[in-house]
Amino acid sequence: MTQYLLSVHGPAERDEFGNYGSEEAMEAAFAATGAFNDKLQADGYWVFGGGLEPASTATVVDGQGDAPVFTDGPYLETKELIGGFWVIEAPDLDVALRLAAEGSRACAGKVEVRPFQGMG
Amino acid sequence: MPTEATAIERVFREEYGRLVASLVRRFGDIDIAEEAAGEALVAALERWPEHGVPPNPGGWLTITAGNRAIDRIRREKQRDAKHQAALMVHDDSPPEPTGVVEDDRLRLLFTCCHPALASDAQIALTLRLLGGLTVAEIAQAFLVPETTMGQRITRAKKKIAAAGVPFRVPEAGDLPGRLGGVLVVLFLVFNEGYLATGDGAPVRADLTGEAIRLARILRQLLPEEPEVTGLLALLVLIEARREARVRAGQLVPLPEQDRARWDRALIAEGHGLVRECLAINRPGRYQILAAINAVHTDSPSAHDTDWSQVVALYNQLTRFDPSPIVALNRAVALAEMDGPEAALALVDRLPLTGYHAWHAARADLLRRLGRRGEATDAYDAAIAATENSAERAYLRRRRGELASAQSDSDPGNR
Repeated sequence: MTQYLLSVHGPAERDEFGNYGSEEAMEAAFAATGAFNDKLQADGYWVFGGGLEPASTATVVDGQGDAPVFTDGPYLETKELIGGFWVIEAPDLDVALRLAAEGSRACAGKVEVRPFQGMG
Repeated sequence: MPTEATAIERVFREEYGRLVASLVRRFGDIDIAEEAAGEALVAALERWPEHGVPPNPGGWLTITAGNRAIDRIRREKQRDAKHQAALMVHDDSPPEPTGVVEDDRLRLLFTCCHPALASDAQIALTLRLLGGLTVAEIAQAFLVPETTMGQRITRAKKKIAAAGVPFRVPEAGDLPGRLGGVLVVLFLVFNEGYLATGDGAPVRADLTGEAIRLARILRQLLPEEPEVTGLLALLVLIEARREARVRAGQLVPLPEQDRARWDRALIAEGHGLVRECLAINRPGRYQILAAINAVHTDSPSAHDTDWSQVVALYNQLTRFDPSPIVALNRAVALAEMDGPEAALALVDRLPLTGYHAWHAARADLLRRLGRRGEATDAYDAAIAATENSAERAYLRRRRGELASAQSDSDPGNR
């Protein structure tokens, strides 16, 4: 079994409907994502997951020097950023890709699938 | 003795795909499989010249490589027991059943053609692991530096291992979706064998044969899938003309081929396959290409070819594949019905200035129109755009004939 990070990428700037276009579309995506989360848990793939607050709420911390340096905002100033993620456990990439496709449809965003390093 | 070493390397290459595929199935790791296969070759080169080639060289290589892999895993296991526990081997486990057909090479083919890998990586991995080509040969085939190709293959293998790309034939529900990528790769492997890109051997029968062999296995697995049958029909009908296609180091184009040298058994097989897949009535790209080749191989000469049917099939193909390359081939067929001038007008509009076959087609049409200066330039451009020695030799001859025809003021235009 391998653990995979499924990260959802979308516009850094969000409007009042979270870039879903309308309140109805936003509600529908939330409901579909909730149902997908329930299914991941019922089928035993779920490890962790959640949506993130907008990137403007992020703080970058550099603790490599004598005193930590804090910088307001996200590490990468890009137009598209991670907006949420799941960590799943799956037997192989085919299963992970299938779940990512379901998750992508549910939350109406593109999903990047990336394996965690082996636990040995 | 160098000749013996060459013979052993030939056996090794023929057995390579089967060998590596069975090792990957058994040990679940491509690197271990390749390394063990390489060690088995070294052992064969040491042993066979002295003791003779064993009666079943493939079996000998499989057992030797398997033992080397186990030795290596045991050594590493002592060093790093925890990591290797994950790799621990069910020694002589039979292959897991995969449904209709159990073939390790087919599993590995689906792994190599996995949609999570970039298409250039898919083709390179297929040629490396199943075709047994060296990294240098693949690099040459794709006209990239060897280090670049080495990195591309290494990266793809690392992704397979780290991301957990499975070694198995997809389940029935996923199979149709995964099939398209496998068909593309098999056709590209075949094409690389049929008209090699580099300046080495112009035709690589080992590659065309490997593509056909894999297509046959795929058809056993998916007899109801008309595009699989279509691809096999297409490959078999092109392969049937291979012997007639190069003469004295020169490519011989279809109209000039000695049709008595075509392989009648393959043609009969191909025609049967075309009828079979078209009867399913779900046409697709490979079925139509196969049907076009069936029209060609059905005709006693280029002159007697049913060109209207060829053009009609190209019209149908355009609906599945509206690429400029299809448009080019359609225009070449159209020249036989509507003449070279109409065809040239179509060809000149295509955005294919980097493609050798576009220049060669233009050169031929210009030659037939008697526009010798432009034809010569087009032959020069075609020669510059290909490295295939047989194709270059053919194009040079045509260009040379143009020059002598000019001095004889020969009015012939064919």
